[in-house]
Amino acid sequence: MADNNAVLTENSGEKKVREPLFHITKKASVPWQQAWAVRIGSVVVALIVCALITMFLTHIDPIKVYATMLNGAFGTSRRIWSLLQGVAMLLCVSLAVTPAFKMRFWNIGAEGQVLIGGLATAACMILLGDKLPNALLILVMLVSALAAGAVWGLLPAVFKAKWNTNETLFTLMMNYVATQLVAYFVTVWEVPKGSGKIGIINQATRAGWVPVISFGGKNYDYLLNIIVVFALTFVLYAYLKYSKHGYEIAVVGESENTARYIGINVKKVILRTMILSGGICGLAGFLLVGSTNHTVTTTIAGGRGFTAIMVSWLAKFNPIFMILTSALLVILEKGAGEIATIYGLNKSFSDILTGVILFFIIGSEFFINYSVHFRKAHKEGK
Amino acid sequence: MGEHIAIEMKGITKRFGSIVANEDVDLQVRRGEILAILGENGSGKTTLMNMLSGIYFPDEGQIFIEGKEVVIRSPKDAFDQKIGMIHQHFKLVDVFTATENIILGMKDEGKYNLKDAAAKVQAICDHYGFVIAPQKKIYEMSVSEKQTVEIVKVLFRGADILILDEPTAVLTPQETEKLFSVLRKMRDDGKSIVIITHKLHEVLALTDRVTVLRKGKFIATVNTKETSESELTEMMVGKKVSLNIDRADPVDPTDRLIVKNINCHNIEGRKILDDISFTVRSGEILGIAGIAGSGQRELLESIAGLQKLDSGEIIYINPATDAPENLRNKTPMQIRNLGVRLSFVPEDRLGMGLVGNMDIIDNVMLRSYRSGRSVFLERKAPASLADKIISDLEVVTPGPTTAVRKLSGGNVQKVLVGREISSAPKVLMVAYPVRGLDINSSYMIYNLLNEQKKNGTAIIFVGEDLDVLVELCDRIMVINSGRITGIVDGREAVKEEIGLLMTKSDDAKGGNANG
Repeated sequence: MADNNAVLTENSGEKKVREPLFHITKKASVPWQQAWAVRIGSVVVALIVCALITMFLTHIDPIKVYATMLNGAFGTSRRIWSLLQGVAMLLCVSLAVTPAFKMRFWNIGAEGQVLIGGLATAACMILLGDKLPNALLILVMLVSALAAGAVWGLLPAVFKAKWNTNETLFTLMMNYVATQLVAYFVTVWEVPKGSGKIGIINQATRAGWVPVISFGGKNYDYLLNIIVVFALTFVLYAYLKYSKHGYEIAVVGESENTARYIGINVKKVILRTMILSGGICGLAGFLLVGSTNHTVTTTIAGGRGFTAIMVSWLAKFNPIFMILTSALLVILEKGAGEIATIYGLNKSFSDILTGVILFFIIGSEFFINYSVHFRKAHKEGK
Repeated sequence: MGEHIAIEMKGITKRFGSIVANEDVDLQVRRGEILAILGENGSGKTTLMNMLSGIYFPDEGQIFIEGKEVVIRSPKDAFDQKIGMIHQHFKLVDVFTATENIILGMKDEGKYNLKDAAAKVQAICDHYGFVIAPQKKIYEMSVSEKQTVEIVKVLFRGADILILDEPTAVLTPQETEKLFSVLRKMRDDGKSIVIITHKLHEVLALTDRVTVLRKGKFIATVNTKETSESELTEMMVGKKVSLNIDRADPVDPTDRLIVKNINCHNIEGRKILDDISFTVRSGEILGIAGIAGSGQRELLESIAGLQKLDSGEIIYINPATDAPENLRNKTPMQIRNLGVRLSFVPEDRLGMGLVGNMDIIDNVMLRSYRSGRSVFLERKAPASLADKIISDLEVVTPGPTTAVRKLSGGNVQKVLVGREISSAPKVLMVAYPVRGLDINSSYMIYNLLNEQKKNGTAIIFVGEDLDVLVELCDRIMVINSGRITGIVDGREAVKEEIGLLMTKSDDAKGGNANG
């Protein structure tokens, strides 16, 4: 039959409709080992592509570049501590947005919620620094940071619950309000006058400085933050997975209709969850100002409010996996910064590499869920 | 000649992931015949036809049209082969007129000529006896009119082979009969017609030949004249099944739920429920019949506390105390706290009754997770309830921790019904409980309802298959556009009578549903 020559028809002049070049089908459930093999494979491919890009664009040995990246992240004990602190803070903000995301409430206002928590902490340090005993002061700082973050999260939630406003826009806009508020108070409290910044708060008295853990005569500046966030990770995991609240969050997120049908008060769950989400952001602000920086600036959140979205999504909203994804992103960031300095490359170059790696990691999900079939050579008729 | 073959499909296989929708299926459609593709839900009927109409592309196999092998990669290719499909869910633009929808997407030279098109549409309608208003907008049309537009649309494009996917699912008996006479006329005109269906009496009434599919596989093609209902069922299901619903007489029925003059409107201000009053008694199944969207959903939801009412009362009589409780405008939580034992199997199983991404255990505890003072969930009792539902109702699942969205429609429904009856309800409301279910699962659900009835539960059954309604229900209430048009005795009612009641007020409004 002439059909068996379908592959050759381009030359035969006869116009023929051919099978499409490829088509895509959805896979059934994939065993987790296979899924992880695809994910790890995607990182390997990403590293190879990055190596090629590096060679063609900069003519630097890619192996050296990767070595430099690793060195930038893990090279010295100071770097390792700084890395762990970075992971802890990013993880903290990621934990904050996760309950909201599980509820399909797109809180992209973590940046502002962290800032406002930091501002509340700084305000307490400045205004109450010489009026309260240190332990009480720190407690007041903590409570006001949590409250400030919670209010920043609650406001969009109230509007969402009452009037069904778009929470994405609302939380985003609240970021700018927070930034401007911080900018205003920085000029109110600036030291020295005219410098445009607050500087280290209570440097002499150390009032309101969260104590540093030390043993063997050594100070471990970041250890407290790391422990707090690590503990919070497991608490939040249990909250989402085993508590009634966590269950309600999941039901509301999956289907508001089902939630209403079984009598869950959807508004209450939205408000409660956003108080939690904003509150944890406030905690991050408290740790950044009270424990790490002892000052507040408009950039103290450092974009973590947005990076956290990616951390949370990549980990599929699982707090334990988020330890890995936040570590990955911070390692990439530190490593990329290092190659930019060492090889005199533009910061954009390290962003390119980070972008390529994330592209492959996110893209791998497609290959986990779908398979692509290419056109087979035409078979004999049966 | 009756033997002239229009379409031949050979060895067609189509997989979706690990699911095989069609496996090595052969099919022949002759010129000038009506062929039924018969099979249970999930047997691959629609998938097979979608490969003819260019929606899917087969993984393996060949398609021949008029003896020539063809490749159909898109709906356009299908039209070029003169194949037209009328899908179960209509694909029409609501704000366009019938004519505009019919010519939409046609590649004519130059400008659209609406006037000529309208004349051609009219000619097609006159030829086959369709009643259609070419200038009427789709959103003003009844379901049956929309279906007519879909059919005219494919005829307008010159289709010789028409595929209709479950065309009678949404029609009343009268509309169905009209559709059948049009289809017969088209057959006599030399067109080939394929109807996808799982209703046996339609197959016997309309078709020339039947091709039976089961679990994606080709079982047999038989001449309709030479077969019978029981033979076809056996081919469809793979074993003998008895198609009897055992209707027991209600045992001392007492009033359980009294609905008095309830009214409600939707967001556009249109009346959805119009002065509805009825009583449901214990140990009795009250059927509700009506065209889809006549207010069935709102009625059940207002009893369940999910729909705000403008006026009226919903009185529940507590069997323990005989005390009446007004449920109107109470939340589901308040209703439950009053001690009202009300269960509800909603129409939208995965969107309302269950959470698709959660496993069976988590879905089973939706109703009960609040019990106990602990802030943490107690999953032990729900896990054993899940196991019980799985074994009692023969749910096919890898295990209780499988997400319900991965189960087949019948098994999803078993989980939902199992959960709702596990709380020994006094009032049980079910909406379209067998939609999409295979025959065995359907009869299992009917048996479960009858068991509940014997336990003295008052049951409200919203159904679409009139054959089932008259076999199962003690009384049948018919609603149309939110109004009750009649309550008939289930043992004496005939389908045609119910069909007339379903479309009654359409007549008053000058519609044409009854001709």
